[in-house]
Amino acid sequence: MSESRRTWQDVILPWSTFVSMLAAIVMVFLLAPSERDQGIVQRIFYFHVNLAWMAFGGFALVAGTSIWFLRTGSRRADRLAHANAEVGMLFTTLVLVTGPIWARPIWGVWWTWDPRLTMTVVLWAIYAAYLMLRRLGGEDDTILRYAAVLGIVGSLDIPLLILAVRLWRGVHPAVMLSDDPDAGLKDPLMGWTLLVSGIALALLFTWLVSLRARLLAVDETVAAMHLEGARS
Amino acid sequence: MWTIVRKDLAIELRTGEMASSMFLLALLIIIVFAFTLEPERLMAPEFLAGLSWTTLLVAGTLALNRSFVLEREAGGLTGLALVPIDRGSIYLGKAIGNFLLLLVAGFVLLPLIAILLGTRGLSPTWLLPGVIVLGVAGIAVIGTLCAAIASRTRAREVLLPILMFPLLAPLLIAATRTTAGALVGESASDLQSWLLMLGGFDIVFATAGWLSFDFLLDE
Amino acid sequence: MKGLYYLAAAYTAVWIAIFGYVMSIGRRARKLERELEELRK
Repeated sequence: MSESRRTWQDVILPWSTFVSMLAAIVMVFLLAPSERDQGIVQRIFYFHVNLAWMAFGGFALVAGTSIWFLRTGSRRADRLAHANAEVGMLFTTLVLVTGPIWARPIWGVWWTWDPRLTMTVVLWAIYAAYLMLRRLGGEDDTILRYAAVLGIVGSLDIPLLILAVRLWRGVHPAVMLSDDPDAGLKDPLMGWTLLVSGIALALLFTWLVSLRARLLAVDETVAAMHLEGARS
Repeated sequence: MWTIVRKDLAIELRTGEMASSMFLLALLIIIVFAFTLEPERLMAPEFLAGLSWTTLLVAGTLALNRSFVLEREAGGLTGLALVPIDRGSIYLGKAIGNFLLLLVAGFVLLPLIAILLGTRGLSPTWLLPGVIVLGVAGIAVIGTLCAAIASRTRAREVLLPILMFPLLAPLLIAATRTTAGALVGESASDLQSWLLMLGGFDIVFATAGWLSFDFLLDE
Repeated sequence: MKGLYYLAAAYTAVWIAIFGYVMSIGRRARKLERELEELRK
C-alpha cells in the first residue's frame, strides 16, 4: 500500500471523521434552534435525512465498484463493493430505525407506506439480497462476478423503484408537512446543521468502508496462506 | 436461442410436471388466503389483482428455480457455454421459455381467482391481456437472471426469492395497479405512466440480463 | 419532554450501531492478525 494511501486511511480519514462528527453532534444538540411545531424531536431529522442520502448513495457506490471490478478484475474493487454494501446496509437499517422513532411522536404511528419509507424498505431488501449472495455464495471466486452483476442490476432497479413508489402513493400532503425538511427550515442555522451532519456522516461512511475493506484484504491474505499451506 | 426455447418447452410438454406443481401450489396459496383473510372482504378488484400477482410470483418462483438446475446437474451449462453462440442468447432463450410458462399460468390463474373470490364490479378491457403480458415478461426477465445467479450457490432455492422479490418491487407495484385498473375499465390513457413503466422495466432488465450473461457463464 | 426520550433513543441507536460495527471489525481484525502470526511461523 502506498505511503499516501496509508496516511489517508490511518490519519486523515479517522481524524476528520471524529472532528466532523463531534461538530455535528454539537450543532444538532446545542446550536440548532428547536423547531416550532415539532419541538426537540425534530433534531433526529438532521441525521435521519443524511443517513438516507448515504444509504441510497451507497448503492450507487456498490454499482460503481462492481462495474470497475467487472472491467478490470481488480480485487480491490470487489472488496470495496462488498464493504460499501455492508456499510450501506448499516446506514439503511439506521434510517429505518430512526425514521419510526421520529414518526411516532410526530405522526402518531410507527409506520406508514408512504413513498420514502417504502423505497427505503426495498432498498434494505436489495442490500440484503446482495449480502446474502456473498455470504451463501461459498468460497468460489466466480461468485464475485455474480455479485457484481447483482450490484449493477440492483442499482438499475432503484430509480425504477423510486418512480413506481411515487406514482403508487402520490405525494401525501400530511407527509409533506412533517417529512419535507424544507418546509420547516426557517432558521439558516438549521441548514448549516444539516450540512455539517451530512459531511460528518459522509466521512463516517468512507471511514467505515475503508476499515471494512482493509479487513477483507487481510481475510483474503490469510485465506491464501491457508491454501498455500494445504498444498505444500 | 430458439433451440433453447424449443428444448425447454419440449421437456415441459412431455412431463408437464412443472405446470402441474405450479398450478397446485397456486391453488393452495389461494385456499390459504381464503382461510386467513375473510373472503367476503376480498371482493374488490384490487384484491383480485393483488392476489393474482402474488400467487403468480410464488408459483412462478417454483418454475424459475428449475431453469438452470437441470442444466447444472447434468453438466449441460458447460456444454452450452462451449457452443459458439452468443451468451446473451442463452439468457434470452431461457427467459422466453420461462415467460411462456408464466404467461399460461397467469391467464389460467386470473379468471380462476376471480371465480374463487367472487369479485364484484368487474368490467375488464382489452388492456388486461396486454398488462398480464408486460407484467409476466418482467417476472421472467428478472427471474431468469436471478435464477442464473442463484444456481451457482448451494442455497439456490432460498436465494432465488431473496434476490428476485426486492428487484421485482417496482414491477409488482405497477402490474397490480395496472391490472386493477384494466379490470374496472380504466383506459390506456389513464394508465399511461404505469404502462410506460412496465414496458421500461421489461426493456431495461432484458437488456441488462442479455449483456451481463457474458460475465455469468465462464466456468 | 417526552420528545427527549425519542430523541435520545434515536441517537443512542445510531451510536450503538456505529460503535458496534467498528468494534466487530476490530475484533475480527485482531483474530486475523493472530492467525497471520501463526501462519507465518
